[in-house]
Amino acid sequence: MQHSFLDSYSGLDSPLRRLDPRAKLAGLFIFVLLCVTTPPNLYVAFAAYLVLELMLLFLSRLPWRHVAARVLVVLPFILAVALFLPFFKKGGGSYNLGPLSVSGHGLLVLWNVAAKSTLSVLAVILLSSTTPFADLVKGMRKMRVPELLTSLLSFTYRYIFVLTDEAQRMRRARDSRGWKGRWLWQARTVGHMVATLFLRSYERGERVYAAMLARGYDGSLPMVYGYSFGDAEWAFVCLVVLAPLAARVLSYGLLAV
Amino acid sequence: MGKDGKVHHRPAIEVKGLTYEYPDGTRALNGVDLFIEEGESVGLVGPNGAGKSTLLLHLNGILRGRGEVRIFGLPVVRENLKEIRRRVGLVFQDPDDQLFSPTVFDDVAFGPLNMGLSPAEAEEEVRRALAMVGLKGMERRSAHHLSFGQQKRVAIATVLSMRPDILALDEPSSNLDPRARRELAELLQGLPVTKVVVTHDLPFVFQICERVVVLDGGRVAADGEAFSVLSDEGLLERHGLELPYGFYPRGEDRREREGRRADRE
Repeated sequence: MQHSFLDSYSGLDSPLRRLDPRAKLAGLFIFVLLCVTTPPNLYVAFAAYLVLELMLLFLSRLPWRHVAARVLVVLPFILAVALFLPFFKKGGGSYNLGPLSVSGHGLLVLWNVAAKSTLSVLAVILLSSTTPFADLVKGMRKMRVPELLTSLLSFTYRYIFVLTDEAQRMRRARDSRGWKGRWLWQARTVGHMVATLFLRSYERGERVYAAMLARGYDGSLPMVYGYSFGDAEWAFVCLVVLAPLAARVLSYGLLAV
Repeated sequence: MGKDGKVHHRPAIEVKGLTYEYPDGTRALNGVDLFIEEGESVGLVGPNGAGKSTLLLHLNGILRGRGEVRIFGLPVVRENLKEIRRRVGLVFQDPDDQLFSPTVFDDVAFGPLNMGLSPAEAEEEVRRALAMVGLKGMERRSAHHLSFGQQKRVAIATVLSMRPDILALDEPSSNLDPRARRELAELLQGLPVTKVVVTHDLPFVFQICERVVVLDGGRVAADGEAFSVLSDEGLLERHGLELPYGFYPRGEDRREREGRRADRE
């Protein structure tokens, strides 16, 4: 089976890669909050956010194609919804686009959605492509995210491809025996497959648990955290929080003038 | 054999009258008696459903049936589980079960950290264990992206990092290609611990074990020196075992190998 990577570039060495995941998690989370709460007409602020992210992207040494591909995966869904807004929303003057008319308010909403989602997706890519998934989860645990949640994430990361491989083997075995999926009664087969997959996963869960017990598991997952929160981390957090804040305030000022 | 080459008689594993029924009423073990000395390598063979894996799960108290199990004299009871699980390294058949952490490092460090080692000590154990299985520098990798042979060796490293006195392996050679299988056999031969190997791979047993125990219907059906058990066709046949086509164990092989091992030491 082909082996896919969820965090393919997270091994790439860069100043961002070496930062404590906690700094990236907290810093970029606040950055996204600042970004989505900015009024849409503060264009200068949005430009500043983008510049900051491009700067970080440059520091991360990520190939731009990788970043573009990731952005393009998420954006179409958001834009597909937002694209219709200018035609239906009223107010704020209207512009004629051939036979169609577009409202100013609608355009502003489209801009709002497009800008904020692009910037947010970029921030998430910056986080996930510069942090190995295991470290990200450990960072969350250090930040007191409930262990149930972090364990779920970490087991999902470990087993999602084991599960998809298993499903794919089942599908091949099914198709090898002439299954076409053309008739309604064949839906039963799909139901059986889902049930089998569930049972197998359940049994695997029991075996994994036995393997954990065999190595002394007593209810809490131990971890070695290879990072510390130092000057570089504080600098990063200050940069991604204070720079956008300054840009936002400045942008208000420009608007008032 | 002890380090000085003399045979010691310290009991590593003592099983007396062990009986176990699965919750659905299936009787998997039916009065098993087994005595294994420190330093022995024992192959546990038998047909499917003979209770081999079930017996293995009793050695470190994952399952607890009626009867008595002692590890180095320590009864397998709740109070001793922590110590017993350190001393008995159980390696499961499917590496996807054994390796549940996002990275190789986390998996190999799991046992030592549970034992209460500090992160620095655990890191040292991880390095040592990975070097022992020939996978230095694989710490950051995810188990999903290793070859099957590598996964099997990481699985062994996850218990070696706990410095076990007994290595209990369930089907270690299954699904390995010939080279990975040979490398695994050599790796196991080189580990100076008591070994219990559950398998259907009789040539593999012949290569790494001095003694073979045949389990059938939840009880010990035969127990003896590897060559004499594996060359007894009648016995094998009675218990649903067969040597693969073209494989004929010879007593000399054993002695030659002992000789070579003695040369190495």
